[in-house]
Amino acid sequence: MDTDNKQAGDIVSRTGTQSWFYSDAVKDHFFNPRNFMQDESSYADAAMGLVGSPACGDAMKVWIKVDPETERIIDCKWKTFGCGSAIASTSMMSVMVTENGGMTLDEARLLKPQHIMERLGGLPARKIHCSVLGDKALRAAINDWYRRAGRLDKVEEEHGRIVDPETKVTDKDIEHAVLDGADTLEKVQAKLKVGIGNPSCIPEVEQLIRFYKEKYFGV
Amino acid sequence: MRQVYLDHAATTPIHPEVLERMQPFFSEKFANPSSFHTPGLEAKKAVDEARKSIASSLNAHADEMVFCSGGTESDNLAIFGVIRAQQHAVRGTQYEIPHVITSSVEHHAVLEPLQYLAKTKAIDLTVLPVDKFGKIAVSDLEEALRPETVLVSVMYANNEIGTIQPIADIGRALLKWRKTNATQLPYFHSDACQAAGALDLDVEKLHVDLLTLNGSKIYGPKGIGLLFVRRGMKLAPQIRGGGQERGLRSGTENVPGIIGLAAALELAQAGKDKENARLIRLRDDLINGLLTIGKTRLNGHPTERLPNNVNVSFMDIEGEAAVLYLDAKGIYCSTGSACASSSLDPSHVILATGVSYEAAHGSLRFTLGHSTRPSDIGYVLKTIPDIVKKLRQMSPVNLDMRHFA
Ligand code: FES
Repeated sequence: MDTDNKQAGDIVSRTGTQSWFYSDAVKDHFFNPRNFMQDESSYADAAMGLVGSPACGDAMKVWIKVDPETERIIDCKWKTFGCGSAIASTSMMSVMVTENGGMTLDEARLLKPQHIMERLGGLPARKIHCSVLGDKALRAAINDWYRRAGRLDKVEEEHGRIVDPETKVTDKDIEHAVLDGADTLEKVQAKLKVGIGNPSCIPEVEQLIRFYKEKYFGV
Repeated sequence: MRQVYLDHAATTPIHPEVLERMQPFFSEKFANPSSFHTPGLEAKKAVDEARKSIASSLNAHADEMVFCSGGTESDNLAIFGVIRAQQHAVRGTQYEIPHVITSSVEHHAVLEPLQYLAKTKAIDLTVLPVDKFGKIAVSDLEEALRPETVLVSVMYANNEIGTIQPIADIGRALLKWRKTNATQLPYFHSDACQAAGALDLDVEKLHVDLLTLNGSKIYGPKGIGLLFVRRGMKLAPQIRGGGQERGLRSGTENVPGIIGLAAALELAQAGKDKENARLIRLRDDLINGLLTIGKTRLNGHPTERLPNNVNVSFMDIEGEAAVLYLDAKGIYCSTGSACASSSLDPSHVILATGVSYEAAHGSLRFTLGHSTRPSDIGYVLKTIPDIVKKLRQMSPVNLDMRHFA
């Protein structure tokens, strides 16, 4: 463990008085997490989403209560088995979807990790994937709510579509690779071997990498 | 706020006496030991004294000491040095490439170079498994030996879980093999960076041919390391230039560093029996206290471990979050969690002991040192339960302890 990166604070706090690994907002949400699930008993009927991080084996659960009239999120609770960034970004997400009367489910589906990160004043680069966890769990919970409401037309399953027939790599695989930090064709290929035997799919792979980078990281 | 530094395996503060002895060599005694004038000779004399002092701690000869920049360089010199020197001997025989044996719990400074050499087909590598305490079996090693084995590298004590390897037994097994097969090979290297402050470094008892030490884990300076290279061994230099260190490691000597390393080793070896006894008591108090927290397991061996090492896994929580909560309470420790590593891989050492991913995720390492007092242990034991409780409340994971037995 003395090989661990003992780096200086990635982010210097706004006040400049203290250098810490995370911004002040991250620190605040990390030490005082909002809306974490303490008592599941009254949430047995609430919609729930559960996801694991492909990167580091972490797990995240999000519960939502929704007003059926307005389809606004009136309550959002969560639990996470993850690092400081995962705790802070999920806490912030739960605030964002419930503040000002709550987001509609359609609005909540458009919430990007990038928005959560902006509100947090940034995350260290290698921690960006942690903020994706909460957002994914939220979308799973939204699907669960629609399913429970019998509104199957509104369920958006995240199906995989085969991009490279040779390796059977799907668009979802590429999405996960991008979330894991593979932001170039070379890095995605190192992970997935996509398009190596079948270069004709490479333009599409590159397009997907751009798409998911834009979607999750806004770049 | 109370500050409790429990990360001595990462690095130690410098001992005031060591600093004092180094000081003149930064300023008034700054000369280059290779220079042919009086100040140069004085510097050379000081380096020679340091060499002799370290050699006597190791029960070795002064000309077997090779100074370099630290533990990582020393490990690299041992590995590349032996393999490059032996490559030609093996090429053309029926074996083509040399074979190397190591363990699955080595420091990255050993594993990375070896894995690189294996990947580039420069060597064939056997990585020995460890038992649930992190120890290798000498019989596994004996079975892995082959005529073309040129190097065995096994650490003396583990930096993460503190487990002490049976170095002298391995050394004896290798002596026997060499005798039976009438060969000089394989050479035996051991990384003793973590062990140097606490264990016996007599190379005749350990039967090692190469031993790695550094300053920054034994209250000496950073940026200085040492490789003991047994007389008569073939080693290819990795840094060439002015021919310092008998041509094995060129570059102007880091005189203050060398003086500091020798001073630190003298102090550590002289005080080790008393300090070990003190640390073992504190270590066991901390271990026993932590194990009273539910769903906690000890990583590493219960007794055959470094006197200053405590490593436990708290199930269902993630270590980086725990380190940061502890940091806020002034307690400084480290974790084997994937989240805390730049590669997002959990500790290879803890995984090698056969436990799950989650156990590595929830691991915390506390390494005690000179400054550690009983009241510090009390403070840690008072502080941790609430942090573990809070993080468990936030965790969706609730694993059955049976999976971690
Ligand atoms: S949850 Fe693993 S790094 Fe953030």
